[in-house]
Amino acid sequence: MARAAPARAGIRPVNALRTGSVFGGRTGMALACALVASVALAQLQAPAAKPGVFALLVKWTPLLAEGFVFNLVISAGAMLVGTLAGALLGLARLSSRRTLRNGSWIVMQFFRNAPWLVLLFFVMYLLPFEFHWNGRVVPIPDWVKATLGLALPIMANVAEILRGAVQSIPTAQWEAARSLAFTRRQTLWLIILPQCVRRMLPPWMNWYAILTMATTLASIVGVAEVMTLVGRVTNAEGRTDLLIPIYSYVLLWFFVYCYPIARLTRRLEARLVER
Amino acid sequence: MDEIAHWFAWLHQTTGIKLTIFYDAYDRTRFIKGFLTTLELSAYCLAGSLALGALLAWLRGGRSALVRRAVAGFVELFRNTPPLVQLYFFYFALGPVLPRVAGAPILGSFGWAVVSLTLLESAFAAEIFRAGIEAVPRTTVEAAESLGFSRLQTYMLVVLPLAVRVTMPAMTSNLVNLVKTTTLAYAIAVPELLYMSAQVWSEQVNVPEMMVVLLIAYVGIVGLINEVMQWLERRLRVPGFGQ
Repeated sequence: MARAAPARAGIRPVNALRTGSVFGGRTGMALACALVASVALAQLQAPAAKPGVFALLVKWTPLLAEGFVFNLVISAGAMLVGTLAGALLGLARLSSRRTLRNGSWIVMQFFRNAPWLVLLFFVMYLLPFEFHWNGRVVPIPDWVKATLGLALPIMANVAEILRGAVQSIPTAQWEAARSLAFTRRQTLWLIILPQCVRRMLPPWMNWYAILTMATTLASIVGVAEVMTLVGRVTNAEGRTDLLIPIYSYVLLWFFVYCYPIARLTRRLEARLVER
Repeated sequence: MDEIAHWFAWLHQTTGIKLTIFYDAYDRTRFIKGFLTTLELSAYCLAGSLALGALLAWLRGGRSALVRRAVAGFVELFRNTPPLVQLYFFYFALGPVLPRVAGAPILGSFGWAVVSLTLLESAFAAEIFRAGIEAVPRTTVEAAESLGFSRLQTYMLVVLPLAVRVTMPAMTSNLVNLVKTTTLAYAIAVPELLYMSAQVWSEQVNVPEMMVVLLIAYVGIVGLINEVMQWLERRLRVPGFGQ
């Protein structure tokens, strides 16, 4: 791995190559052009009496935008929960206590290797739809459960990122800290972890992009996010010439959101290597 | 086999843990069929994505700027859009538009899942191969050229065999991701492991038990892949590199 991707060595041993691409820009422009072309083609083929495909896309844009924002809310929530839980899990992995270390390893491996969709089903089915607290019934909405389900793999991967970052700090720093009479805890919190934050940022952002794309899975388990809405719109309109443009349209939205994150990730990674 | 079935039937009677896939012939057949479909889907996509990925990586290093840019666009598009939306695009949008052959669609849900996941994974494979190709020393390529190898020969006989070895760890994690991604085919009703398990649990109402079985099955497949790939990595190791 170190040979294949020196830029990311030590930062993220597994999955490293899922980020690294050094292709140039203009791809987004080309994609936008492709979408416009497909819409234009559909427009030409549209029956004369019915509204054009472009008009339909414009008409449904506010609704789809609402759905897309919902996806972003889920992604932000899952990232927050996943990062906090992942940080705890990663710290447990660094513990000097053996049982804690091994236990967190098992949890990490399990949630990293299980498919996202299966984990999502797992949480959707096995978490109750309401719970009793202080004599009151508090309902848990579907989207909150989906957020928790998506947070699980993020948790495991954030823990792995943390472990990788700690490993990438030279051993000499641990030794130097020890010779200055820092305790293990002090070394970790005052010397090692502050340096890790910088190194963790690019892979963390990469996981955010992956998570954002994965929020569409919530539609499979019944959360009304953007893909559910696309299904409803195509059903309501019942137009086959709308299918390709509307799916391309949503693909473009995700691309416009995720591609800049990928570019920024690469730039930050490159800057880390230069130092 | 019978004893296992008896034991699980006994387990259900005494504890209520209902694992019908071990003693009910119909459920067992469904589960095994789902398992095999997942493996089949993964195998097709793996073969397809390796071939297409190698081709794309080769085109990436080509002379034509137009081809290079087209490949770059393809890779970025598939890496930065949701795999599920890609699958829906192929199955729900592209599928109905394509002409029908003898009254039947050209591809069924399994076929479209293979196409969609192959394209997705080939975008990742292309990147991995590119990194591997860059890791092959320039002098090795020059040596091949000076021996009169054509560009394609150099690529097929010298660069690719070396690049494949260098990229083994990344390929392993890519393969793991592929197997995990096949669960998306559930959404277009491909009878793979998750879909078949869902059928079982909706009839038998044994969601918790099936969930555990399902997770163990996937983590098991992934563990097996890791073991096999590590063995392969050791077998294919190039002397003089690494530890």
